[in-house]
Amino acid sequence: MPLTYLDEFRSAPHVQRLLDELNERRGAELKIMEVCGTHTMAISRYGIRQAAPRGITLISGPGCPVCVTANADIDRFIEIAMLPGVIATSFGDMLRVPGTRMGLAEARSRGADVRIVYSPLDALKMARDNPSKHVVFFGVGFETTAPTVAATLLEAHEQGINNFFVQSVHKLVPPALEALCSMPDLDIDAFLCPGHVSAIIGPQAYKPVAEEFGIPCVVAGFEPVDVLQSLIMLAAQVDEGRSEVELQYSRGVRPDGNPQAMALLHSVFEPADAEWRGLGIIPGSGLTIGDRFSSHDASVRFQVDVSYSHEPRGCICGEILTGVHTPRQCKMFRKVCTPDHPLGPCMVSSEGTCAAYYQYED
Amino acid sequence: MCLAVPAKITEMENQIATVQVGGLSRQASTVLLPDAAVGDYVLIHAGFAISLIDEEQALETIRLFDEMTGGMASGGGGA
Repeated sequence: MPLTYLDEFRSAPHVQRLLDELNERRGAELKIMEVCGTHTMAISRYGIRQAAPRGITLISGPGCPVCVTANADIDRFIEIAMLPGVIATSFGDMLRVPGTRMGLAEARSRGADVRIVYSPLDALKMARDNPSKHVVFFGVGFETTAPTVAATLLEAHEQGINNFFVQSVHKLVPPALEALCSMPDLDIDAFLCPGHVSAIIGPQAYKPVAEEFGIPCVVAGFEPVDVLQSLIMLAAQVDEGRSEVELQYSRGVRPDGNPQAMALLHSVFEPADAEWRGLGIIPGSGLTIGDRFSSHDASVRFQVDVSYSHEPRGCICGEILTGVHTPRQCKMFRKVCTPDHPLGPCMVSSEGTCAAYYQYED
Repeated sequence: MCLAVPAKITEMENQIATVQVGGLSRQASTVLLPDAAVGDYVLIHAGFAISLIDEEQALETIRLFDEMTGGMASGGGGA
């Protein structure tokens, strides 16, 4: 029978029993940060924030790649999209994110050839089918996505598809967690770590967070039972004075991650400093295209001026992404910033914290 | 964005798998998961299989939360 076990991870009686277990806990107050947009949505959608006992606060961190992409990077891709002869391709999530002057959707309405793709391979196919055009893919995403783009770049290179380019703004989760841990005003007791990022990098990538910064980590799945079980595991670590990396999502994540995907990622990309919305520049937290593939690097091929870039005024997405504030503390939330008229990325992205609160928690 | 959906591989040719996702048939590359084979359940992200789903591990997780809650989870399969 196909994947029938999934029912077990959604079953109301199981959820109730796990909640009861969590409610019996008598430890100190706990602040747990999730750093994965899919967890943000699961916690909101299943009402886990409200259902969790009083002493356990769930805070959203910088877990949505769309949201943490800096305006300068969005502006740069839009400027490239506006160049003649360019087909700009992107995952759909980025389309409505506003840049400094406009978003990709508006660029399209002004004549840019912007196309949504489901896979980077679709963009490569467009390049193959349109040899007279420059097809540029917006490489947004964490370690889950970067290997898929690496595989696509490798294919383009091997097949000599020279009109395919990538603007890589990929980001790495562990360096961001370590940067968060180093922030003086961060008040977090434990991390709920992303499942599908970890399917690639493996749980041990969070070892420095647990061992050097003393913050417990649990790699969690996305069903309500997964999230609750992971909260119990995190609470137990804190209550017992442990600080380790544990794997709850063992059906999707191997202890060593996906070594083939990591090898491919490293053969195409090199670590680089990257700017995160809300966090600033984090050393070694981004991926640039290595020299061997530089002829496919959009930032080398297309020189554009984005000196006008700045972050949206009045939007506190930066503070929301670091868990310092919640959406309800933003003056624009629900009033002038809504999913229909989003002012900041956390409201636009289907996995953004503001969108999750707007849709499920108010 | 890091959403990955579970799917079953029903055919495979030159590292392109045909997978079933919620009753729909789609193509996915297996270059990131070269050991994947017909019959396997995999997680699909952006047109690529990125991880094998381990059903034994899934059942083990259920057994563990059964223990954790002192309950009878394995018998209580849900709607």
